[in-house]
Amino acid sequence: MATVLVSETEKLYVLHGVQEDLRVDGRARMDVRPIVVETDLVTHTSGSAHLRLANSDILVGVKAELEATTPARPTEGRLEFFVDCSANATPDFEGRGGENLATEISQALARAYQSAHVFDRRQLGVLAGQQCWVLYVDILILECGGNLFDAVSMAVKAALSSTRIPKISVTAVDGGEPELELSDDPFDGAKLDLRSAPILVTLLRIGNFCVVDPTPEEEACASAGVVMGVNVQGHVTMTKKVGSGSFHQRGLIEALKNGTAIGVELNRQLLNKLEEEDLQGYQRPKFGFLS
Amino acid sequence: MVMPVIQLELAGVDAQERDKFDGGHEMGSNQQLVSPGDLITTDVGFMRGHGTYTKEDGLYASLAGVVQRVNKLISVTPLKTKYQGEIGDVVVGRITEVQQKRWKVNTNSRLDSVLLLSSVNLPGGELRRRSAEDELSMRKYLQEGDLISAEVQNVYHDGSLSLHTRSLKYGKLSQGTLIKVSPSLIKRRKTHFHKLPCGVSVILGNNGFVWVSPTEHEEEGGGSGGFSQNLSQVPTTDRTGIARVRNCILALAQNGVMLWDTTLANAYDACLKYPLTDLLKSDVMREIAFVTRQNLEHQ
Repeated sequence: MATVLVSETEKLYVLHGVQEDLRVDGRARMDVRPIVVETDLVTHTSGSAHLRLANSDILVGVKAELEATTPARPTEGRLEFFVDCSANATPDFEGRGGENLATEISQALARAYQSAHVFDRRQLGVLAGQQCWVLYVDILILECGGNLFDAVSMAVKAALSSTRIPKISVTAVDGGEPELELSDDPFDGAKLDLRSAPILVTLLRIGNFCVVDPTPEEEACASAGVVMGVNVQGHVTMTKKVGSGSFHQRGLIEALKNGTAIGVELNRQLLNKLEEEDLQGYQRPKFGFLS
Repeated sequence: MVMPVIQLELAGVDAQERDKFDGGHEMGSNQQLVSPGDLITTDVGFMRGHGTYTKEDGLYASLAGVVQRVNKLISVTPLKTKYQGEIGDVVVGRITEVQQKRWKVNTNSRLDSVLLLSSVNLPGGELRRRSAEDELSMRKYLQEGDLISAEVQNVYHDGSLSLHTRSLKYGKLSQGTLIKVSPSLIKRRKTHFHKLPCGVSVILGNNGFVWVSPTEHEEEGGGSGGFSQNLSQVPTTDRTGIARVRNCILALAQNGVMLWDTTLANAYDACLKYPLTDLLKSDVMREIAFVTRQNLEHQ
């Protein structure tokens, strides 16, 4: 985690605020800062999204490529996550500085999307045992305003939901080598089913209480945290503990319960907004980084 | 569990709203916004100031910002910038390093500033030469991460600053919250220490760091110089006030309103009709800035 310097007295102020359920920016413990999302703004990707959560700025591009299937799962495609922490976000990311955080985030995403119940990889199958779609999800962190796991995962979900998989037809099988034909129309594609895809929710323990959507200053005050993948049905798809501190059993159960509720609500709102955007059609004005 | 506040918007919803507000506001007639390479004037009678350059036919802007004319001198004040210090400025800074006889302080300028051991008040207000023992206990007084308020004592030739805290109003800062805005948004005033009527104290650092804290009641005049730190819990009413002021400052900064005591008081009055949790929403923030700007024009 990119850390900011915070003095002891500032930490005390944050800590007391969390105890009183009135955080430094006026939020309650379970409140989330405003989020702005836009999809389909990078033209040369199969799907893309730009998400801003307060000062956290995430750009995600999805690229679909045809590749050979794996022997273990002949009917399924694959999802590959790659996170790039731009040194624009913080000088700490310069060189290989952001690498640890990047692998941490991409592993968390891979685990959250692992189960077939949340994301059916058979949607990506083309020709059993031979060809499948591989979705390369490239995540660019442009600005750090805290709570990267949540912001990244929501951006990923938005980008995947805007992804169109081109229609493909097998024309002839020529000596065991199949001949694939792609449709010429760029809009002739199918969208993925992402209704039960998860997002990540981070809960950080500050003092004896957990908060969601921490600011960088709050992250500096937290001793431990738990990141969980939650989908709209309220299923927890992965959990991961971050930080060096510990959780009390009761506190952890409480945190997971709260996290699930927040995750369900965030998922619901995200799906609603994405649907709303989709209804505006592909000719809607794009705002990108100027909104 | 109480339902959490979550607001998720699509991009652009906001842009339409913004156009509505911008239409109603006109820039002052003497203000000129330029971007790098814009021609400012072709008259030859002017002097070239900061942020400008001359080419054969006239004076051009080298920065994005507002053109300022002082008699014959034309300069461009950038909208977003690193802090360029001037002697006498009040700054808020964070200690980044403890070195021999000096602290390094992050003041949002291009280079870290220095605070010499000889330019701080010793606890108890003793006046004497600093000894080796003082040097060894430097970290007890200010350590990495601590926030201080200080005044610029000297500007070195490379642009780095030397600070001093030799007054009881300066020194280590206690409980509160720091907000970072662009230094160009801080209006230069006679005083940068303000006690707002809502029980909140604000230090508007010239370097764009703004410190918001609860007002200390038991002080007589100057302040404690940071020697005594109040570690007791801040009461909820003060905390609410601080959160409101914090969000007001962010709202003003985001919408390009200059910060000084009048705008702060105006913005605080304007924000009172919204619940505290709404102050993070961009449309509410814009409304607050808009009302503040309007009040300013009517006064």
